[in-house]
Amino acid sequence: MTKTTEEKATLPNTLPRPEGEEEELLRIWAAPTGWRWFTAVNNTTVGLLYLGAAFAFFVLAGLLALVMRTQLAVPENDLVSQDLYNQLFTMHGTTMMFLFAVPAMEALGVLLLPQMLAARDLPFPRLSAFAVWAYIIGGAVFFSTIFYDLAPKGGWFMYPPLTLTEYSPGDNADFWLLGIGFIEISAIAGAIEIIVGILRNRPPGMSLDKLPIFGWAMLVFAGMIVVAFPAVILATMYLEIERSFGWPFFTAAGGGDPLLWQHLFWFFGHPEVYIIFLPAAGLVSMIVPTMARTPLVGYKLIVVALIATGFFSFGLWVHHMFTTGIPSLSLAFFSATSMAVAVPSGIQVFSWIATIASAKGRFQLNTPSFFVLGMLFIFTVGGLTGVMVAMVPFDWQAHDTYFIVAHLHYVLVGGMVFPLFATFYYWAPMVSTRMLSERLGKWSFWLIFIGFNVAFFHMHITGLIGMPRRVWTYSEASGWGPYNFVSTVGAYIIGAGVLVFIIDVMRNFRVGEGCVSNPWQAGTLEWLPTDVYSTRSIPHVTSREPLWEQPNLAEQVEAGEHYLPNAPTGGRETIVTSAIEAKPQYVIQMLGPSWTHFIAAVFTAACFLLLTIKVVIPALVCAVLAIVSFLVWAWELDKGPDKGPVDIGAGFKLPVYVTGPVGHGWWAMVILMLVAGSLYFAYLFSYLYIWTVSPGVWPSDAKSLPSLQWPALSALLFIAGAAFFAVAKRTLPEPGKKHLLTPLLVLLGALSSVLAVYLEIWCHWQTGLSPAKSSYGALVYMAGVLNGQLVFAVLIMSLFVIARHFTGKLDRVRFASLENTNLLAYYTVAQALTGLLIIHGFPRMI
Amino acid sequence: MSHAIKKMFCAVALLVIAGCDGGQSAFSGLGPVSSRITLLIWIMFIGAALITALICVLTLISIAGPANWRHKLTGKKSIVLGGIVFPIVTLTALLIYGFLVLKAGGTLVQAENPVHISVVGEQWWWRVIYRHDDGHTTESANELRIPAGRPIEIELSTADVIHSFWIPAYAGKVDMIPGRINTLHFMADKPGIVRGQCAEYCGGAHALMSFYTVAMMPSDYEAWLAKERANTKPALENQGEQLFLSSGCGGCHTVRGTQADGKIGPDLTHVGSRLSLGAGILPNTTESFAKWISQHQTVKPENLMPPFDIFSESELQSLSVYLNSLE
Repeated sequence: MTKTTEEKATLPNTLPRPEGEEEELLRIWAAPTGWRWFTAVNNTTVGLLYLGAAFAFFVLAGLLALVMRTQLAVPENDLVSQDLYNQLFTMHGTTMMFLFAVPAMEALGVLLLPQMLAARDLPFPRLSAFAVWAYIIGGAVFFSTIFYDLAPKGGWFMYPPLTLTEYSPGDNADFWLLGIGFIEISAIAGAIEIIVGILRNRPPGMSLDKLPIFGWAMLVFAGMIVVAFPAVILATMYLEIERSFGWPFFTAAGGGDPLLWQHLFWFFGHPEVYIIFLPAAGLVSMIVPTMARTPLVGYKLIVVALIATGFFSFGLWVHHMFTTGIPSLSLAFFSATSMAVAVPSGIQVFSWIATIASAKGRFQLNTPSFFVLGMLFIFTVGGLTGVMVAMVPFDWQAHDTYFIVAHLHYVLVGGMVFPLFATFYYWAPMVSTRMLSERLGKWSFWLIFIGFNVAFFHMHITGLIGMPRRVWTYSEASGWGPYNFVSTVGAYIIGAGVLVFIIDVMRNFRVGEGCVSNPWQAGTLEWLPTDVYSTRSIPHVTSREPLWEQPNLAEQVEAGEHYLPNAPTGGRETIVTSAIEAKPQYVIQMLGPSWTHFIAAVFTAACFLLLTIKVVIPALVCAVLAIVSFLVWAWELDKGPDKGPVDIGAGFKLPVYVTGPVGHGWWAMVILMLVAGSLYFAYLFSYLYIWTVSPGVWPSDAKSLPSLQWPALSALLFIAGAAFFAVAKRTLPEPGKKHLLTPLLVLLGALSSVLAVYLEIWCHWQTGLSPAKSSYGALVYMAGVLNGQLVFAVLIMSLFVIARHFTGKLDRVRFASLENTNLLAYYTVAQALTGLLIIHGFPRMI
Repeated sequence: MSHAIKKMFCAVALLVIAGCDGGQSAFSGLGPVSSRITLLIWIMFIGAALITALICVLTLISIAGPANWRHKLTGKKSIVLGGIVFPIVTLTALLIYGFLVLKAGGTLVQAENPVHISVVGEQWWWRVIYRHDDGHTTESANELRIPAGRPIEIELSTADVIHSFWIPAYAGKVDMIPGRINTLHFMADKPGIVRGQCAEYCGGAHALMSFYTVAMMPSDYEAWLAKERANTKPALENQGEQLFLSSGCGGCHTVRGTQADGKIGPDLTHVGSRLSLGAGILPNTTESFAKWISQHQTVKPENLMPPFDIFSESELQSLSVYLNSLE
């Protein structure tokens, strides 16, 4: 009894809560209805939309697979034409990887993370909503190309030279390049949101060592996206530029190399597998402890394993290129690293087994755990065949055969689809008023599990008896007929299983705030009672499984006894805590529903799609409209300090506006700089790589290079630009005052950066260097393109800052817009100077 | 007479290929390079099966096993043993074994006096160039003939996009990449016919880009190569040859010994002696020639040969008979 009173005494807020507090929260966080539903930003609405769209693409890509399997069921079939089949497998792979797997995981991040962290929302709700709409519109148009013979047909890996204009005329390949490039941008937007959300929006007390494993997995996932995706974005830029303007990045005759694409693509493409698998493993690590009623055994080992997987995954991309004739030393190195990555997966498998074995009572066997156990079997097989293909001599036989098709489906379906179905059944009660059916769930599981193994198990053999991938037909004499027929039967059984699941969802899934609270007796915060505002108050967390360790937590949170039970600024807000210890730092004021991000998404998508079909002027109009919507949206972001400080409970009086390294905006900007840095790193890699392949196209003497005064002048202008920005920040006026020097310096900063980029391009043009003549020229001008796009962003942001100044929204206290512009400007200078050093220094050195 | 017997032999050989899995299978291991890999395949298959079984048993125990068995699995020790120590030990052993297999394959690279052949991947067929000891070359297409028991060195390149050259029965695949020349080394243990196929997706008719490889006794091979090197005898009175030359076939195809010297398409000098037409997709018969000439876009969609549906029934017949006679 005394203990309870003591606990009560230490809770952040006291009862009774003031009248009308909850009503205000309900009003502030209400999701818009009717037409305005499109403007919604609530994480459950956006997350479900995201997940629903990803699942729709899964079903669509699955249907394409069924068409392919039907074509392959018997030898010499002509149900589907060769050309259509080539489009089908390209779209199946591309859709599954880019429109299903990565978005599905980002969707789960948006949907689950705020609940697991008991945050009211992630820090950039409109950014998530923008990413979703951009993805849905872009993805839908991209997918629809299959219906009018415009779908890409170069395979999901799009190897040049097959995908160059010479061998792939028509817009098909461009749809892949622009469509995918665009969807990757939306994935990066999501990743930034997830990283900042996990590191800065945890509830007070949830230090990093108490972060649910899914949070760790998503952190590694998002970090990997930041490093990996820029490589493929750069590769798609190269390929699109070569297709449109003939810059020979990949053409051997111009000093390019088709293998450059493979390096860049697989530097992204292999981590991509783990980008898909890690969050799913994180989900399994959440479900297993719940079903065992016991904390995860080896939490720290699993965290290390997740990070190690992320790290190793960047060191083994070459194992996709074992047959390209690369030197045997590389073969040995990449063979070893490919095997090393098996260890972290082993740790996770044995942790799950250990957790299941330590179950209190018996491990609960229900639909989610069935899917988890199915995953355990399938993923183990996929991992073991992965070890096989890491063996170089074996890979020489297995590469590009149905063995690989079987292997990758075991890894991806086992590693991602099974956990996803487990997730559907496990977390449905969090967002639905009814649980999904156990009976239908088990039917669905058995159909998918049996169907999967019937389709894919013997497919390992189909490959080793000679059947290559990506063939639309095969001869009777090959003897592959019976193998393929069985696989087709299996594929239809999987289809039936998915159908049962869809029926289950239609019958039982009803969006609404939970009716069954915590049906699995889980220990983590997403099972707290919630409403549109998420939890009534934000809990103080003292353990890894708060619902198990902190008795009455749900009641206390629901009563409003924990942090921030109200809306002191009168708007959407949540607590920002320190990155490691999770100590409350400030209250972030977030944006609510709006048309801006939706319109921005529509016009961004329209711009990319119009560019694909080469309707340039309307595309530019759309680009301008998109930028305008971004600016209108950004205008509201910097809300200022007026409404703070506010009391969140337990004596914390927190500011509602911060700048500098404490602020979430600063963090997002730094992550964006990491993205740009990865892109530039990939560029530097290409420059040096192409040089090793074709040193002959590099200038042989310094005379053909621009003389050194030009790069020196460029460098000076870049540095001056940064200096202008730095000084501009020091000249910021007191609140309510204006100081004309600030906008002037900002303008000068932007203009001198623009001039510097122009000068750098001009001085090469003067020497007669053409980007279309050699890979050297292409790479030199590419540096200008990469700097140019950054400087363009700096220029737009500078104009924005200047407008803020003249409307009195920029001063010594409220200067987030200038701060972010400065960060980008500094990064631009660093990148540009590195570029100048390489481009003018390297040819003089060799 | 001998002609008919040879045709019959070929037909039987094709049937044998169809009947067993020796044709295009990595399990057949018909040479030292591939047989080492076949052994590796079996070792890894058995190992993987045992490990999968172990994981299944451990999972079953962890769910439904007796309490004391379950308890043994609960500690961090089981994670360290099963998840770290076990994979590191087995994988290191496997890796070393793999390096040994790699190294053993490397011995063929230094082999003296290999047979030199170049193969160029083209959309969607194979240009095969035999390099004679005297520095001359003989061009052929869509079929590889090699002597058994001698090391073979194949230079691989491409005329257009990336292809991959793969004869599973003898060796793993090697890509053909623009701007590069890769080499493949292997050896056939004994005479026989196997099948190869392009393994890297190369657009349109990728699925229909195969070839037969015929390993022969070395003496037979030398005889065959001498015959392959020789030109065909012009037979201008032959209506088929007249048609061939007058219809423009020679713009793309070469028949050495005639005026046809096109370099774009496959060399047809001895096309009648090959096992297949269209890069391993039709049996080599007069009917197949007729079918190819009149409907090759149906037989092999998107192939780069222009349509030739200009011939009458009898013209087609004599053209096919002529081509089939080029042995």
